[in-house]
Amino acid sequence: DTSLAEVNSFSPSMPISPSSMINQYKFEDEPELRDLFITVDDPESHITAIETFITYRVVTKTSRGEFDSSEYEVRRRYQDFLWLKSKLEEAHPTLIVPPLPEKFIMKGMVERFSDEFIETRRKALHKFLNRIADHPTLTFNEDFKIFLTAQAWELSSHKKQGPGLLSRMGQTVRAVTSSVRGGVKNRPEMFTEMNHYMETFSQKINVLDKIAHRIYKEEREYFNEMKEYGPIYTLWSASEEDIADSLKGVASCIDKCCKATEKWMAGLSENLLPILHEYVLYSEILMGVLKRRDQIQGELDSKVGALANKKTEKDMFSEEIGKLEDKVECANNALKADWDRWKQNMQCDMRSAFTNVAENNLHYYEECLATWESFLASQTVDLHVEEDSEDRP
Amino acid sequence: MEDCLAKKMEITVSEAEKRTGRNAMNMQETYTAYLIETRAVEPQSEGQCAPVDSLWRRYSEFELLRTYLSVTYPHIVVPPLPEKRADFVWHKLSADNMDPDFVERRRIGLENFLLRVASHPVLCQDKIFYSFLTQEGGWREMVNETGFQIKADSRLKALNATFRVKNPDKRFTELKHYSDELQSVISHLLRVRARVADRLYGVYKVHGNYGRVFSEWSAIEKEMGDGLQSAGHHMDVYAASIDDILEEEEHYADQLKEYLFYAEALRAVCRKHELMQYDLEMAAQDLTSKKQQCEELATGTVRTFSLKGMTSKLFGQETPEQRETKVKILEEQIQEGEEQLKSKNLESRDFVKSAWADIERFKEQKNHDLKEALISYAVMQISMCKKGIQVWTNAKECFSKM
Repeated sequence: DTSLAEVNSFSPSMPISPSSMINQYKFEDEPELRDLFITVDDPESHITAIETFITYRVVTKTSRGEFDSSEYEVRRRYQDFLWLKSKLEEAHPTLIVPPLPEKFIMKGMVERFSDEFIETRRKALHKFLNRIADHPTLTFNEDFKIFLTAQAWELSSHKKQGPGLLSRMGQTVRAVTSSVRGGVKNRPEMFTEMNHYMETFSQKINVLDKIAHRIYKEEREYFNEMKEYGPIYTLWSASEEDIADSLKGVASCIDKCCKATEKWMAGLSENLLPILHEYVLYSEILMGVLKRRDQIQGELDSKVGALANKKTEKDMFSEEIGKLEDKVECANNALKADWDRWKQNMQCDMRSAFTNVAENNLHYYEECLATWESFLASQTVDLHVEEDSEDRP
Repeated sequence: MEDCLAKKMEITVSEAEKRTGRNAMNMQETYTAYLIETRAVEPQSEGQCAPVDSLWRRYSEFELLRTYLSVTYPHIVVPPLPEKRADFVWHKLSADNMDPDFVERRRIGLENFLLRVASHPVLCQDKIFYSFLTQEGGWREMVNETGFQIKADSRLKALNATFRVKNPDKRFTELKHYSDELQSVISHLLRVRARVADRLYGVYKVHGNYGRVFSEWSAIEKEMGDGLQSAGHHMDVYAASIDDILEEEEHYADQLKEYLFYAEALRAVCRKHELMQYDLEMAAQDLTSKKQQCEELATGTVRTFSLKGMTSKLFGQETPEQRETKVKILEEQIQEGEEQLKSKNLESRDFVKSAWADIERFKEQKNHDLKEALISYAVMQISMCKKGIQVWTNAKECFSKM
């Protein structure tokens, strides 16, 4: 019932109207009003003299006026996504930009180009773009539009126009130094609360992530042992006559439960694990956003503080201070609104993720129950048949 | 079966107690003693219950009883004792003999052993068995006085010796093969089952970690708090439920273990038959060769090579008197041998007949018991699934309210 399975069935030759895609997305934000639909699929390997990398096909269908066309198809590599994210953060420092899948995966030693890795990344990239599309502000960002529509060479040349690496580094340095000084003293209560919340949330989500991975690991080990268990009953049945059928029945039940365990595991890895991981990343993003807000406030505070004793120069800088005050107010409002939105989405995501887990577990137990109950029924029927035949002379 | 002891007497192993005492080498030891209670099952007047007799026995006495029965009734598939040491354990189970769970399961196993013997048509009539149940003092001496120990030693040799039977009884060969297969497959099954149990334990217990995190997380959430908190509680219930589930499964494992050890008893009967057969073949061979020797001496022809023949050729023939004495001795031996062979044949035929009767009885018992065990295993799985459904239905409701 999620969109991701259906994404794979899209092909360039199949015309799909935006309205037919409405049913295929589970995002809460007013699906009837969506006018931008994005899919990420078809990973392709590119080998050049210098490097090997993967590109993904990004298909956009839209009815928005700002777009020249109603359909676009471009290929993007991970680097391009990184660029987009940093541009969005730059333009909107106190908005919550969705997380990108990580550059490398340390645990599990998944090979960089293994099918599993590529598929996990593809799904995450798909979610990334769609979250941006759903965001009331970010969806109208110019760089976002270029990302979705520009051909490869157009994107390259556009990228070069922006502030270079050095200036970006400079920004980071300034951010670090100013955060040491400012923003915390005059921080509105609301943002202090947000900080406390994020500290705890971050802790808890990390622990949950670990727990979920641990459960997956245990389930896998259980599955491995179960694979060996059923066949022993079958082997035993070969030595027996009277109880051979019962033994084979048990073997078959165990094998069926084993297959159900596979589904059990898949449910966890396709549903809960990615969501928890995203929110681990989100918690880092949010801590960063809060810091940047503090930093913006810090700029204002330090300016005000510097002029505190210089009454004569106050008028000269009143305009500058006014601008900074505006900046702070904008940043605060943007963050507040985005925070509320984020919390709502988080609640929704968590609710659906854990409900799915519960449903998945229910299906597992229901399937196993049916298997064993039918075995039991077959055995008790036999007993009755045996008893009847014993009564006959 | 109508006359078997089990119908006349209620037998239970009701308690287990740790004891300390001094062993044969006057060293202090700790052991467990088991209380055997017996009560006559007879209609009493005015609904009165017969009085309960009881005495304490330790595991080594059970072992002595079983050895005595195996030696005294070699044609019977003697019920096995529960294992001496905890085997096929998975990590949570203790391998310690003094562990209370192990002692408890052993108590049940010992009771089961006594009931098996008491319901066996032949074994239940044994006086030593009856005394085991009713006579506290002097029982060991009583057993030793039967002189079974001598037979026990030779039996042990028989079980371990390698010899080849020229004309094996096909049925017993097949049965021995079956008992080997049964032993192999059940021990494999028990090993893997223990590993499966271990892994399942891990899955359930890790879920227990959710409870605390959910609770701590719920403290910072307004709307999600209640859902998280109550879901966490259900996760705790889920994690705790595995203990009872796996404890019940141990009973299933114990049922299989009984038949693992029964396979050993079955094998022992086959080996006993093999030994008898070998004895018979040896005796027949010996008789044949003596008869030949006799004939040669009587007729003076040497048909077969013998060292004696060669030496007598080399060093001179015997006198007619010597030869006659020899013939007489041989004729006596031949007569003895023929009688022995006859009785051995009879013994063997009786053994085969009664052994096969008990084997048929055993087969029926085994098929019945194992089928029941498999059914009870299915019942356990069903119960576990139902518990899981309940917990996750509750959890789902909590999550949906987040």
